[in-house]
Amino acid sequence: MILAALIMNTQGKPRITKFYDHVSVERQQEILRVVYSVLSSRSGNLCSFVEADDIFGPDTKLVYKHFATLYFVFVIDSAESELGILDLIQVFVETLDRCFKNVCELDIVYNFGKVHTILDEIVMGGQVVETSSAEVMKAVQDIWKLERVGELNPANIRGIGHYKNSRS
Amino acid sequence: MESWANVIMKKAFKHGSQNTIDQLKTIGRELSMGTQGNWLSSKEYLDLVKAIGEAKSKAEEERIVMAEIEHLKKRIMEPDVPRKKMKEYIIRLVYVEMLGHDASFGYIYAVKMTHDDNLLCKRSGYLATTLFLNEDHDLIILIVNTIQKDLKSDNYLVVCAALTAVCKLINEETIPAVLPQVVDLLGHPKEQVRKKAVMALHRFQQRSPSSMSHLLTKFRQILCDKDPSVMSAALCALFDLVSADVKGFKNLTASFVSILKQVAEHRLPKAYDYHRTPAPFIQIKLLKILALLGAGDKHASENMYSVLVDVIKKNEPGKGDPGSNITNAILYECICTITAIMANSKLLGLAAEITSRFLKSDSHNYKYMGIDALGRVIEINPDFAEEHQLSVIDCLEDQDDTLKRKTLDLLYKMTKSSNVEVIVDRMISYMRTLSDAHNKTEIATRIIELTERFAPSNQWFIQTMNQVFELAGDLVPVKVAHDLMRLLSKGAGEDDEEADSLLRSSAVESYLQLLAEPKLPSILLQVACWVLGEYGTADGTHNADDIIGKLCDVAEAHPGDNVVKGYAITAITKICSFEIGAGREVQLIPECRSFVDDLLASHSTDLQQRAYELQVFLGLGADLVRKVLPVNGSGEEIEFDRELPFLQEFVDSALANGARPYLDENERLGVDSGMSSFVSSSRSHHEPSHGLRFEAYETPTLAVSSGSAAVPSSLLPDFEESVTEPTRSVRNQTDSSQVDLLGPEVARLRLDGVQRKWGRTSGSSQPSPAPTPVSEQQRRGSGVSEGASSNNESSPAAEPRHDTYSSSFEGKKVQRVIPAEKQRLAASLFGGSSVQKGSSGGVNGGVKASNAAGNVRPSEKGVPSRPVAGSGKEKNWSAAEPKQASSSLMDLVDMSGDDLLPVHDSKASYDPFKGLEGLLGVPSTAASSTPAGLGKSTMDFMSLYDSAPVVSQSASSLAGDSDVLPLGHRRSGGMDGANGVEGGLMDLNMLPSVSPLAGLGELAQSSSSSSPSTGVSDKKGPSRQHSLQKDAASRQVGVTPTGANPALFQDLFG
Repeated sequence: MILAALIMNTQGKPRITKFYDHVSVERQQEILRVVYSVLSSRSGNLCSFVEADDIFGPDTKLVYKHFATLYFVFVIDSAESELGILDLIQVFVETLDRCFKNVCELDIVYNFGKVHTILDEIVMGGQVVETSSAEVMKAVQDIWKLERVGELNPANIRGIGHYKNSRS
Repeated sequence: MESWANVIMKKAFKHGSQNTIDQLKTIGRELSMGTQGNWLSSKEYLDLVKAIGEAKSKAEEERIVMAEIEHLKKRIMEPDVPRKKMKEYIIRLVYVEMLGHDASFGYIYAVKMTHDDNLLCKRSGYLATTLFLNEDHDLIILIVNTIQKDLKSDNYLVVCAALTAVCKLINEETIPAVLPQVVDLLGHPKEQVRKKAVMALHRFQQRSPSSMSHLLTKFRQILCDKDPSVMSAALCALFDLVSADVKGFKNLTASFVSILKQVAEHRLPKAYDYHRTPAPFIQIKLLKILALLGAGDKHASENMYSVLVDVIKKNEPGKGDPGSNITNAILYECICTITAIMANSKLLGLAAEITSRFLKSDSHNYKYMGIDALGRVIEINPDFAEEHQLSVIDCLEDQDDTLKRKTLDLLYKMTKSSNVEVIVDRMISYMRTLSDAHNKTEIATRIIELTERFAPSNQWFIQTMNQVFELAGDLVPVKVAHDLMRLLSKGAGEDDEEADSLLRSSAVESYLQLLAEPKLPSILLQVACWVLGEYGTADGTHNADDIIGKLCDVAEAHPGDNVVKGYAITAITKICSFEIGAGREVQLIPECRSFVDDLLASHSTDLQQRAYELQVFLGLGADLVRKVLPVNGSGEEIEFDRELPFLQEFVDSALANGARPYLDENERLGVDSGMSSFVSSSRSHHEPSHGLRFEAYETPTLAVSSGSAAVPSSLLPDFEESVTEPTRSVRNQTDSSQVDLLGPEVARLRLDGVQRKWGRTSGSSQPSPAPTPVSEQQRRGSGVSEGASSNNESSPAAEPRHDTYSSSFEGKKVQRVIPAEKQRLAASLFGGSSVQKGSSGGVNGGVKASNAAGNVRPSEKGVPSRPVAGSGKEKNWSAAEPKQASSSLMDLVDMSGDDLLPVHDSKASYDPFKGLEGLLGVPSTAASSTPAGLGKSTMDFMSLYDSAPVVSQSASSLAGDSDVLPLGHRRSGGMDGANGVEGGLMDLNMLPSVSPLAGLGELAQSSSSSSPSTGVSDKKGPSRQHSLQKDAASRQVGVTPTGANPALFQDLFG
């Protein structure tokens, strides 16, 4: 199973974090710190796997890829294939690239929600659901189309213009 | 808009200001983003991100984020927030939380947003809740209703959103609320929905298998879904199900094989291709499932042969082509499957071929997979490793830490007695480079395991252990230190006194050298102190004062470490007593004097007692001291008979007098339910009894109940006290300390009657399903028993595979020009035995440097030059030695357990002491804690009452782990009871008015309760019970009576 999917930049700033089992906010930060310190200490052309049993428990690995200013990191257990996940990261990045046309760090920061949508189409509940970047694109486009329709079509809004918040 | 941005940029370019261009580029980018998706285009959000990105310091970032939180808090609570605005706030909250700040104040708004009808808002709401909440959060209950509604929506995107949320947000309790709807969705016309519904069900299955048990057949049905993507989703779930219950899914083997065949033959639509490989992720999942199904099942395996060959053929790249990442992923998975199932030789050959290709690859990723695959392959065919020795060494010397660790894992798996030195040496030098505790502990554990299993010589064992202690320090379990001490005291297990004393002297030398170093871990100091105390003066090269001086230095350098101090003072005591025993005058050197004075006033009663004992020893005669602390007493064997036949007479007479026969605990509980209330109270024997225990004689009738390790607290010590003669007082002290030395885990394991192995079995960590001769041997090889005092026919430690490696290196030498250093390393790792010539044999044989090529660095200790054909005895040796060392000590421990209890229990219905006294014919020193004796001396009361906590403490010390100070550890079974002095000595101090002899006699009874503490608590009034317990805990049970030394009785009864 995939335990977490993380995107962070080369300064260690998290860009997308998704944990498939609940992890407290403090622990998340600690994990990000440790993962970053491990990754940043590794030079290029080393292997893309790091055993992570001290971070995530026995039999877990980080599988990561370094693109420009970003690290894409998947944390997996022994039920996933390391090389397979490496290609999954490729699929993820390809999809991002198709969505944002030459994706860069900024795109991911500003379109945080979209990136989550894409990731949700690829990985669900820690399992890989879709591995074809074309399929993911199709699904994501559908969602966005509909969202925009909802945005523009007053019929869909049905007069719920505002939240009524009562101060407690 | 983009074009507009470009125009500005071009203009700026004309002006030539690089800065402006950069700025404009950013703006352009932002603007174009704004047109692309109207998601997060708010200026405020962009500003926030930018500000954080430009923050110069962590503090500045913190400040910005805190301000943002304050801002959001205010805004989000405003009465009429437009929906779009609200969505943006929530996204900002998510961002803030990702940066590590608490955003819990906004969770409720995220939950609210999921109720929205607008898809964009709903999805944002779901996204935020899945990121914010865990499935047990209080707010979940508010969301279940929405999810239920959304799962029924006729908009499939809404359904998908809800399914995604379900995966994260539903817990065991709420599964039933959504389960029927999710199951219904399996029939949804959209395959996307079906796929996600399967995933959701899989998640439920993980969360709560019980609530899913009636749905297992569903997963099988989904496998037949007409859409391959849904089928592949089902594979994820089935993989988990199969690994939980292989048998239940055997009948699906053929289906999986046929699916794999179809996929590999490219029957799926082109859309499933990835880089022209047909549905690789499906293939990988299937291969994983097949590995589970075929493990240990010949029939199932045979069904897979042809499809595996097919898959490999299809994915095998052409000559010289490294192949794409994904085909290699499939090939690697094939190796895993082949090595897991009962494969035929053709498949194994293919697996070996692919492994070679991986190992020879330039890519680190493939090398990593290659090393992993090699580890799998050699479990089946150990010869295969040899072909790749150079690749393995390359990986070992690679700068890539992951690769290095993986390679060490591999080496660990293939360690045998011929290459253990090289491998352990490598591991130690790797350990030097580590800084984190986790990895260090792991590798230290492995080194210790290998060293214990394969050590070619004791000397090497000791040196390696010292290195491990030095590097890993307190990460090493105490037991390891105890094992080391035991090894030294027992020697090689062969009656070669000379070799043993050589070993000891060399240990003394090495520790004297080590102590010169400034900072040593506590555990190493403990061992060093023990060794110096025991053998420091044994060979006569060092004089007592020097050693004592060293020991004082150690104690001084570690003022906070009571355990080390305890070891030091005990060692000093031993050295002094050897001197006295040898008839020499002992004059404590001044620094030692002050050290002892310090301890006399120590807060730790244990240290205090040790210091007092030393004082007493100094005043005793040579004969007595010789008996109390004989030279080299720790190595002596203590024999005992667990049946305690010498008590039979006593038991018989007790039965004749109307005592109830012994029943074991289960029977008792069945027979007398009225007793149960007492049983429960006696179980919680840790709970101190209140005040003085006047009811000591009531308990025996009831004490029958506790047959567990919970020794009826008052019974046992009292019983002993009455047994003991004046000069032969209890020797529990020694025994218990010896027991403690062994390490409590050992004791407990033995009590369970479980044969313990040395460490966990390594090579077969993933037990090879095929009981081929090799794996059989391998398993046996690793199964050197540790606590196997009784098991004498345990297998040789030397890996039987050893021979298969021999004399195979020669042929390889000429392949290429390889650095000599590497060659030698290879030789010592893989075929070391073949190139060694000559044999020195004998215990110390391994220590002599051999001039063979198997030597990595000639300056270092040689590789063991054992004959290749290693006689059984020689191979056996390393296994037999630690075992023997442990045996007698092991057995001693047994005594402290239940075995003694029956005897006690059987005479429980009447006064046990009376009976014993009669039996012994010893005048009852009225002090034997009878009510009549109460008036005699307070001491006896104390001993009585004291015994409860002490005994319980001892029980716990056996159970838990404790760094116990082995006081008087030298004492051993064969000797007579002069040891009682140890117990009584303190009392001499406490009651100076009593004449020494009388004191000894009378106080022998209280010996079990370490007297100083008795004295202390005596003064403290009612709370002493409490304080005493604390004391007992704090001094780590230095002297605890286990009351279980049969030799004592043997002596008494002749």
